[in-house]
Amino acid sequence: MAVSRNLQGWLLAAPLTAVLAGFLVLPILTIFIVSFWQATEFSIIPAFSLENYQFLLTSPVTYQVFFKTFVYAALVWGLTLGIGFTVAYYLAFHIRSEATRMVLFLLCTIPFLTSNIIRMISWIPFLGRNGLANQALMSLGIVDAPVEWLLYSDFSVVLAFVHLNTLFMITPIFNTMMRIDRSLVEAARDNGASGRQILTHVIIPLSKPGIMIGTIFVLALVMGDFITVRFMSGSQSANVGRLISNDIALLQYPSASATSIVLLAVVLLIIGALMRFVNIRKEL
Amino acid sequence: MEPRPRSFYALTAFFVLFVIFLYGPTITIAILSFQGPQGGLTFPMNGVSTYWFHNLFEQQAVGDIWGSFRRSFALGLMVMAATVVISVMAGLAFRKRFRGSAALFYLTIASLVIPSILVSLGVGLIFDRFGLKVHWATSGFGAQLTWTLPFGLLVMFAVFNRFNPSYEEAARDQGASAWQTFAHVVLPIIFPSVVGVALFGFSLSYDEFARTLLTAGSYNTLPLEIFGMTTNVTKPVIYALGTLTTAFSLLIIGVFLLAVWITARRRARRMASLAKAG
Repeated sequence: MAVSRNLQGWLLAAPLTAVLAGFLVLPILTIFIVSFWQATEFSIIPAFSLENYQFLLTSPVTYQVFFKTFVYAALVWGLTLGIGFTVAYYLAFHIRSEATRMVLFLLCTIPFLTSNIIRMISWIPFLGRNGLANQALMSLGIVDAPVEWLLYSDFSVVLAFVHLNTLFMITPIFNTMMRIDRSLVEAARDNGASGRQILTHVIIPLSKPGIMIGTIFVLALVMGDFITVRFMSGSQSANVGRLISNDIALLQYPSASATSIVLLAVVLLIIGALMRFVNIRKEL
Repeated sequence: MEPRPRSFYALTAFFVLFVIFLYGPTITIAILSFQGPQGGLTFPMNGVSTYWFHNLFEQQAVGDIWGSFRRSFALGLMVMAATVVISVMAGLAFRKRFRGSAALFYLTIASLVIPSILVSLGVGLIFDRFGLKVHWATSGFGAQLTWTLPFGLLVMFAVFNRFNPSYEEAARDQGASAWQTFAHVVLPIIFPSVVGVALFGFSLSYDEFARTLLTAGSYNTLPLEIFGMTTNVTKPVIYALGTLTTAFSLLIIGVFLLAVWITARRRARRMASLAKAG
């Protein structure tokens, strides 16, 4: 019985296992191996050398870039959590009709299924030198000359990250909130709790699994990104992902691989630590 | 009904602002894509025309937009089909614990959180080492699956967490085979979610960039083509392209939502007639 149960599971899971083995595990192992190789301008040479790591870990650029990556991650996490929690709370506890709730939730979800690159480009007419934001600021007399830091700056990078990734906070938090037993809220109110007390003592603690899952998503996406930073900073800022993609553009695969392995280790450590606080399978 | 608390109005305002934040930029470029031929990337509108859309259909100096659109569409369908089949199978597998199930689950989550560029780089390196040519339909297809499958599986988990097994037991008691139980009982119940997985599979593939970057080979997919164009955005033609591809995405979403809605209505009607007959 145990054998046949295992067998059935294995057969059904075999395609998933095959794809992940071939296109995830094997590639990561290859990156790990290549990270010890050496490169000339034109080719990569199999070797066992710690040179790539040595260079990486002694270069001040590495630490600056990792620091920048953490700053982006922290800012975007704080903003998406604040916005995402508020939106989820509104949908879950203030919308009374089930149909309205679904429509409004879909409204938040749809942009996720359109192109990220187009959504980044869409900020140009808003934030550019002659964009809507500057036109508005100047006509209101707030500034005399166009504000230059709206586009192609850290500001626009963070703005785009928030724009693209808030959904990843809304969805899991909303999902957790919808499973909160409404009678708990009633009970708190009957016992004289104020709205704020209900929020901080009942809803926030019970929403923690959703917040954790959202955090995992947002941190992973922001820390692993290279395209948002490249496009929205006008190539003026760098995070770790851009360090890797620059090396790739220069065909420096061993060095790109070493940076990738360090980034992977950092991301997995953080996500692994967060996973200890939440049982993802149970929360879905 | 209870009166609304004051916080309701503040939160409604917040939500409206958020929706404007989400959609405002997209609507802006949709408007600006109708710029006159002399118009620029920002307001004011310099006349209204469909010049930039016509411009798209003409021979472009850069790349091959329609070819890349066809490739992205084909790849989207391939990824969609594979994502649906593999996710449903894996979802069924995970309903019972089997040896290695926990490890496979963590591997799937890892597939979601591992930076996309690593998948791109790694798959590219493997193909290079084995002397294979990267191509969107092989390496690109596999690399994209590492992104769509975790979403598909998470949806299936959500479905089976709420699934009432007594329907299956009833079917089995009536002598249905395992396949019959799946095809006639389980699949119809989970069908709306399967449509959702299909929509995710198609859309995530159609818009995927980072994992396709080093795995598509010499023939670009649409997002790669668009990205190539952004390195020198100087004309509203990029807005026209953005507007068209967004409209296409919305059309696809509409079709899928309609499919779910129609099946739900048909089922409700059948239930009603059964109840009447009973």
